Amino acid sequence: MNGESGPADRHAIVCRGLRHAFGDKVAVDGVDLDVAEGEIFGLLGPNGAGKTTTIRLITTLLPARPGMVEVFGLDVARHRMAVRRAIGYLPQQLSADAALTGRENVGLFARLFDVPRRQRGERVEEVLAAVGLADAAERRAQTYSGGMIRRLELAQALVSAPRLLILDEPTIGLDPVARDGVWERIQEVRRATGMTVLVTTHYMDEADQHCGRIALMHRGRVQALGTPSELKSGLEPGATLEEVFRAYTGDRLDEPGDGFRDARRTRRTAGRLG
Amino acid sequence: MCIVELQKMRHDRTELYTRAIQPALWLLIFGETFSRIRAIPTGKVPYLDYLAPGILAQSALFIAIFYGIQIIWERDAGVLAKLLVTPTPRAALVTGKAFAAGVRSLAQAVAILVLSALLGVALTLNPLRWLGVVVIVMLGTAFFSCLSMTIAGLAMSRDRLMGIGQAITMPLFFGSNALYPVGLMPGWLQAISHVNPLSYEVDALRNLLIGTPGHLPLDLGVLVVAAIAGIAAASALLGRLVR
Ligand SMILES: Nc1ncnc2c1ncn2[C@@H]1O[C@H](COP(=O)(O)OP(=O)(O)OP(=O)(O)O)[C@@H](O)[C@H]1O
Ligand SMILES: [Mg+2]
Repeated sequence: MNGESGPADRHAIVCRGLRHAFGDKVAVDGVDLDVAEGEIFGLLGPNGAGKTTTIRLITTLLPARPGMVEVFGLDVARHRMAVRRAIGYLPQQLSADAALTGRENVGLFARLFDVPRRQRGERVEEVLAAVGLADAAERRAQTYSGGMIRRLELAQALVSAPRLLILDEPTIGLDPVARDGVWERIQEVRRATGMTVLVTTHYMDEADQHCGRIALMHRGRVQALGTPSELKSGLEPGATLEEVFRAYTGDRLDEPGDGFRDARRTRRTAGRLG
Repeated sequence: MCIVELQKMRHDRTELYTRAIQPALWLLIFGETFSRIRAIPTGKVPYLDYLAPGILAQSALFIAIFYGIQIIWERDAGVLAKLLVTPTPRAALVTGKAFAAGVRSLAQAVAILVLSALLGVALTLNPLRWLGVVVIVMLGTAFFSCLSMTIAGLAMSRDRLMGIGQAITMPLFFGSNALYPVGLMPGWLQAISHVNPLSYEVDALRNLLIGTPGHLPLDLGVLVVAAIAGIAAASALLGRLVR
């Protein structure tokens, strides 16, 4: 890696005025972001905020215009292949191939990323062990639990030794123990390799615990940005990240009428008291 | 890519057996009946012999023409997005799929040819010709599976793809020389047959398997060009599916 070659290179991702519309629906509406190399950056926001769309623009799945996104200094619109080579991607959906064994699933991505033949077997075993699936590698993915599938997909994303790991809700639908399992693996690999991680999640506790910095998205825009403690103390002393989230995104509940919001508030108060 | 498809096939073989039933019925019922009533003039060649290569090509067509459903399914499952974020070129992904479809067709071709031999069809024994059969079946299936993937890229949904697939399968099949010589067709159908890659596939297979006069170099050329065009079209449209 070329750490010294200038300030621009120290950013894993730079977004400037990132925008995308599906027909009339503007999903991402002018997002500016800088993700530094080596950090875990959390993208938070309510359903439909535009997190997945942002990620799909960064990963070349949706067409970005020149100047909108750079990954390690490479314009995504111009250097698609080089950008793809640098990225490991875990989509929001569970997407391991159920008909294949764990090892075949990971081996496929080793081939797709041109991991040299001689290193391939070794790399595959390495990442399978890193996500704790070495013992289950011979079983077909359809026999895996949700947590195992997510870890298998993590192995798929890691097998190419990416400099940038992009995780779209890696812990969706997992129980607390499985969630910890996924995060432990992510942290271990990051400590070992110094890769950058961009992650979305709806679990505030995870974001608080694991993310170095957080961007709060709402209606296609970044509403707040900072470290978890900056965001919390910026709202009021002693605030939780969940309260920050509500403060910046709560207005969407005005749309269908206030019934929902009241119900939520009551529940929250009840929760605090109990 | 192709290796993966083969791994999947190894895991699930029942599909191969059930798929062999339909062409077997064609050969047995259609073939035996029309041999008996001699409604279709095929010269010195017995009708069943004439028909067997046609059914072989037909079964490959049926396997290939709905192959795009798999792409749609992969899109819905999120697999396609992951594949498209790898540095593997789209054309390589499509070629792998097309190749895998070809291997599936071959597995079925074996079943059909064994049955044909049992029914007394005089098949060639020349290993070079068998090799030729393998190449032709692979190319034909590659083209039609790419056609299917191209339609998938345009139709975007499983239901529409099924509809279009069903709508074009019969014209492709009956508008070819699979069941009867082109000479018997009305003029407009002959015209269809001449631009239909299936006709060239059948012509080549008939030539290789039972030694009827054919135009092997032309057939091969048409199929190669068609397969390449199919791969190009399908890979250009693949990205559309995940937008
Ligand atoms: N393929 C698409 N076609 C049309 N509209 C889309 C498409 N994908 C997303 N949208 C719309 O764009 C907006 C942003 O969606 P996006 O998936 O980016 O949200 P998100 O922040 O990832 O939400 P979630 O937390 O539910 O995953 C939503 O209003 C969604 O309905
Ligand atoms: Mg999302």
